[in-house]
Amino acid sequence: MDDMESGIVKKFMFVNRKAPYGTVYALEVLEMVLISAAFDQDVHLAFLDDGVLQIKKGQTPAGIGTKNFSPTYRALEGYDIEKLYVEAESLAERGLTEDDLLVDVEVISRAEMGKLMADMDVVLTA
Amino acid sequence: MSALHTVNKSPFERSCLEACLGHAQPGDAVLLMEDAVIAALSGTAFEGKMADAAKTLRLAVLGPDLAARGLDPTKVVSGISVVDYAGFVDLAAETKATNAWL
Repeated sequence: MDDMESGIVKKFMFVNRKAPYGTVYALEVLEMVLISAAFDQDVHLAFLDDGVLQIKKGQTPAGIGTKNFSPTYRALEGYDIEKLYVEAESLAERGLTEDDLLVDVEVISRAEMGKLMADMDVVLTA
Repeated sequence: MSALHTVNKSPFERSCLEACLGHAQPGDAVLLMEDAVIAALSGTAFEGKMADAAKTLRLAVLGPDLAARGLDPTKVVSGISVVDYAGFVDLAAETKATNAWL
């Protein structure tokens, strides 16, 4: 019997470290997160380093000919993905505050983020 | 005649911007584009470095890349001008060579 059938729930963390439009990482992780919602696991999203820019308010990429996928982060709640963590130091280094973010998150320190990662069963970083 | 340097990687992730600023000559133009636009904002860990660079270099940031990322063009470090694609072409036309720091 595999994990799905036996109803085992693991702690998953998707760690976002890249800015949203210069590479395809942010969009690909978001797709993975949306797919993961179908598997009833304990999903956590972490935003650190340039990944904090993924959830910056006011993204308007029409001028660079790219689709604005940032509203999708607001829809995560509808998929019961509500555990979002942002690293305080990463925000500060980039001159940003929690008010600049388009979704509700828990802002935690780098040390706390490290501990949270250590507590996961599966960590996927991009 | 001066050169145009383009930088397209975030300074938090790669050292391209530092390498560029270490080699650009007085009077050269440096254009921040794509993920490098974060370096243009005031309040970041790079603000002091950019303010210093603005004393000898002509610094510019690409407006459409700021807008894409929700970054406020009115909050760039003083001395950095916000340009559109036509401004990018002007910079390339005014300079002898373009050096892309990838």
